[in-house]
Amino acid sequence: MITQRIVEPEYLFFEAPREKVFITGSEAVREAIKRANVDMAISYPITPQSESMHLVGDIFAEGYLKEYFRGESEFAVMSAVAGASMGGVRVFTATGGPGTLRAFENFPTWAGARLPVVCAFMTRGVNSPLTIQPDTIEMAFMLDTGIMMLHAETAQDLYDMILTAFIITEQTDVHIPMGIFVDGFFVTHSRDNVEIAAEDIKLPPYNPYNSPVPVMDMENVPIRQMRDPFVMKSNFISYAAHASWQQEILAASERARKHIHKYLGGLVETDNTDADILVVASGTAFSQSREAVAMARREGIDAGLLRIKSLRPFPTEEVKEMTRKAKTVIIPEFNRVGWLCREVKSAMAAPEKVLGGPRVFGGMTMPPELILAEIRRCSA
Amino acid sequence: MSKSAYRVLAGPEGYLPPAAASMGVMLPEKGESLVEGRVVTEEEALRKIAEKLLTAKNPTFFPGPLILWNWKNGVAERAAAIKELAETVGAKIIPMPDYRPKYPMINPDIEINPNHPNLTIWHNKIDVCLFVGVHCHYANMALKIIRGGTDCFTIALCGEAGHEDAMITLRDVTVAKIKQLNEIIKTLMGEIR
Repeated sequence: MITQRIVEPEYLFFEAPREKVFITGSEAVREAIKRANVDMAISYPITPQSESMHLVGDIFAEGYLKEYFRGESEFAVMSAVAGASMGGVRVFTATGGPGTLRAFENFPTWAGARLPVVCAFMTRGVNSPLTIQPDTIEMAFMLDTGIMMLHAETAQDLYDMILTAFIITEQTDVHIPMGIFVDGFFVTHSRDNVEIAAEDIKLPPYNPYNSPVPVMDMENVPIRQMRDPFVMKSNFISYAAHASWQQEILAASERARKHIHKYLGGLVETDNTDADILVVASGTAFSQSREAVAMARREGIDAGLLRIKSLRPFPTEEVKEMTRKAKTVIIPEFNRVGWLCREVKSAMAAPEKVLGGPRVFGGMTMPPELILAEIRRCSA
Repeated sequence: MSKSAYRVLAGPEGYLPPAAASMGVMLPEKGESLVEGRVVTEEEALRKIAEKLLTAKNPTFFPGPLILWNWKNGVAERAAAIKELAETVGAKIIPMPDYRPKYPMINPDIEINPNHPNLTIWHNKIDVCLFVGVHCHYANMALKIIRGGTDCFTIALCGEAGHEDAMITLRDVTVAKIKQLNEIIKTLMGEIR
């Protein structure tokens, strides 16, 4: 194993000197995992994620991880990840698009078992005819699995969010999985400046004995291998136990809010939310929105920005407050269904102010001029 | 009910009460505690716990696996301090030795289970209970069920971050804090009983 110095998370995140490097999003994943003190990573290839877990395999060979292997499928990988986490190790994996859906049953299982798994999702289209191109449709399916969801905008976000995710998910009061979503190709396959800490420092190890559930190492008699299944009886008691269990998973996500504030500066990012026209977006749709708003301001149009960084937990109160003054809310998205639009509308006091779109999908890019045209139309 | 108005009170609250965290109740920071969902100082919470235990008709402690099994250094001392506390109060001890649902039927005289804690509370007519050494997930799960179906007042002593679903919760509970609670109870005993 490579020798690295263990440092406090706050030092690694906020104080350690950083070097600026020009790397791809996939390489940013590698750099985050190098410093995350991950015990085990399990991979299965799918475009556009393949390169990131390939690079994690490379650093396993260099001695940064204790174990790494390729599973038989995405379902097998996510199941193996559950076993590793239940056994008390810090574990990482990544997937995307059809891989996300192939593994789908595992995500609510991770959450229900209180497993602090960190998984990166490099999003892509899910469709027939087959597409491997950028699209965030899979995020719509993931919203109600019980896992926490952050949406990275840049490679820098990807690096920072993956590292902090381990610390947020492993809090005793949280201890549910976290997905770091990033727009495939746009971030994973393009280069950007990323500021990273020295590679000879890493996070403290995961301590499974602070878990809100017993680890699977037979500490408690009688010996059990799984969370005790109470599902086998059809009676009110088992229904009530299930209901209380599921409420507790949602409660764990609520408790994550304060940790997201502490480590990532909040669930949203804002710029001039007092403006009449507000553009709300997440991921790279926000990058394009930022360009569009800058162009609008040069034309003398007053527009503001609200970036949603965390989708689960969702910044309901923040969205409600920050959309209050706007006369029109524009929500650009890289998918056909407009899941972010639905989420934002459900949090707003006056959802009729929302203009859902522009939306592009199937791999199309979103020129800022497309968003600017909506801003112009609304300001006329 | 609006989130900010929600209070964590003795029930029965209803068919399926919400998780307090989903109603906006936040866990206390270090040095703080919660009483009925409101942040108070630890001293205030300790005194409130003492009052509740001393005025209860049938105070009962529910120790869980984290202090019932001597699995790491310090656990035996913590368990001894809890036993001493129960003796001071005159509380019954009914253990939660593991988290398996008990089929075909639990013996509520000798055991409590997080999947159906109401059965033990109803059977023993427990009006004030104290959770200690129960893994956080199972404690929260049980505390909600108790709030939903019984009128039992719940207290949770937690070695981690605390429990919003209890009516009173302390966080970061150590042997010293248990002994401090014991001393407060001894002091108040003359006034209350």
